[in-house]
Amino acid sequence: MQFGIFSVGDVTPDPTTGRTPSERERIKAMVAIALKAEEVGLDVFATGEHHNPPFVPSSPTTMLGYIAAQTEKLILSTSTTLITTNDPVKIAEDFAMLQHLADGRVDLMMGRGNTGPVYPWFGQDIREGINLAIENYALLRRLWREDVVNWEGKFRTPLQGFTSTPRPLDGVAPFVWHGSIRSPEIAEQAAYYGDGFFHNNIFWPADHTKRMVELYRARYAHYGHGTAEQAIVGLGGQVFMRRNSQDAVKEFRPYFDVAPVYGHGPSLEDFTDQTPLTVGSPEQVIEKTLKFREYAGDYQRQLFLLDHAGLPLKTVLEQLDLLGEEVVPVLRKEFAAGRPADVPEAPTHASLLAAEQNKEVVA
Amino acid sequence: MKLVVVSAGLSVPSSTRLLGDRLAAAVGRAAEVDVQVVELRELAVEIAQNFTNGFPGRALAAAQEAVAGADGLIVVTPVFSASYSGLFKSFFDVLEPEALAGKPVLIAATGGSARHSLVLEHALRPLFAYLKAVVVPTGVYAASEDWGAEGLDGRIERAAGELAALMAGLSVGRGPRAVRADSFSAVVPFEEQLAALRPTG
Repeated sequence: MQFGIFSVGDVTPDPTTGRTPSERERIKAMVAIALKAEEVGLDVFATGEHHNPPFVPSSPTTMLGYIAAQTEKLILSTSTTLITTNDPVKIAEDFAMLQHLADGRVDLMMGRGNTGPVYPWFGQDIREGINLAIENYALLRRLWREDVVNWEGKFRTPLQGFTSTPRPLDGVAPFVWHGSIRSPEIAEQAAYYGDGFFHNNIFWPADHTKRMVELYRARYAHYGHGTAEQAIVGLGGQVFMRRNSQDAVKEFRPYFDVAPVYGHGPSLEDFTDQTPLTVGSPEQVIEKTLKFREYAGDYQRQLFLLDHAGLPLKTVLEQLDLLGEEVVPVLRKEFAAGRPADVPEAPTHASLLAAEQNKEVVA
Repeated sequence: MKLVVVSAGLSVPSSTRLLGDRLAAAVGRAAEVDVQVVELRELAVEIAQNFTNGFPGRALAAAQEAVAGADGLIVVTPVFSASYSGLFKSFFDVLEPEALAGKPVLIAATGGSARHSLVLEHALRPLFAYLKAVVVPTGVYAASEDWGAEGLDGRIERAAGELAALMAGLSVGRGPRAVRADSFSAVVPFEEQLAALRPTG
């Protein structure tokens, strides 16, 4: 099982000091957080993609390429790559390029983006969001798998005799996850292709995540990629830890109370009761995270959101120490226990390449 | 049949709730119904939090489920600033978009004077038309003076009779449509989604 972190990349004032980091500071902090993730033994770093303030990561492959140069093992991913407003040709090229630079330590997660104005800024319309995700991704897959593509669709200029360069590393396309909070169409899309399905599992009650994951698993089996239990599932999660749980609550509350998205809403206690958020000791984080399996089944990837709401870099790095030293080693052991042997790990470049070579040998 | 009363009255006791109860009782005389009352006052905080969080709390979710599963609705609001109250509107703002489609709804309002009685026609009826509900022809407005005057009883009986007839008719005719469409159980196969985008000719 893979463990990692995902970042939204928001520039938010620290509510306890009123200080807002500069964009440069925030971008460099995201890099420092990614490097720390590798240092403490995590497997994945994923960055969001946004094209509006107060967010900084508009150019994920630039950032991930820079991180790739300074890491050895970390898988570089996205949370999410906007399959609706990006040109699929540019996604194909950018991520193939990153694959070569990072020696294959790359996968990505498709998302639609829910900010209406971003669509027209890129010549699109949010009302076509699902259709854009379907058509653009169908093209993206072909660009990675076919050397010469002739294509015509609804949303993009046609392609005649087009070759996306560079070709994917070793001829193997990066593994793709599809992220969606509430659109069954996207779970269906992920299942159809046998791709991974990721639920951010942060803002909504667990019950909702369960229904989305169950739908994906059932449809994955329907399309003959394996049993429902073998489908590739990723979950998010959000934690804030201190050794003593009272300290965690006390320190996190001012950030929680005014946080973007859910701030000025329910109390910290109500929100932790109703959603997967855990604020407490490493033991409490372990306990709650292990419960995800009860509603999502044995899954492949767990990403945590740690750096948001104006938390200072120093605090986030301390969170990573706790996650790497005290939480993830226990989670690895506990999640492995009782996991059926035929539930696969999340695909990596190495495993996809081996599968490809196997196919050739058999043929 | 299941009848749900949504009351946005704020005081206890409330004339808005009283009007809702009288309308429900009148429907009960015209048809066999199980009545459930949703008091929006008790859900005010969860409604506000639904705006900030994007998902309903437990009590609000239960109320939404009751409304979506009802065979008919009676909705009653006090008049605030020449319209329905903000709380009343907010409840319907956080309801799933198709929850009221095809559902018989009786609109009613209370106010301090009869001057606002057309609020039923210029505020409530367009709102429920937008939500694709089937609004009964007679709306019931009760100003303070109506509680001691002739006429209110008659309007209550007429509106309740219309709602009961509509509920009975639609309950018979609706069949499977009465069951709320569930996007998880009715997934469009991916090939169909893809095919719809393929250029023709």
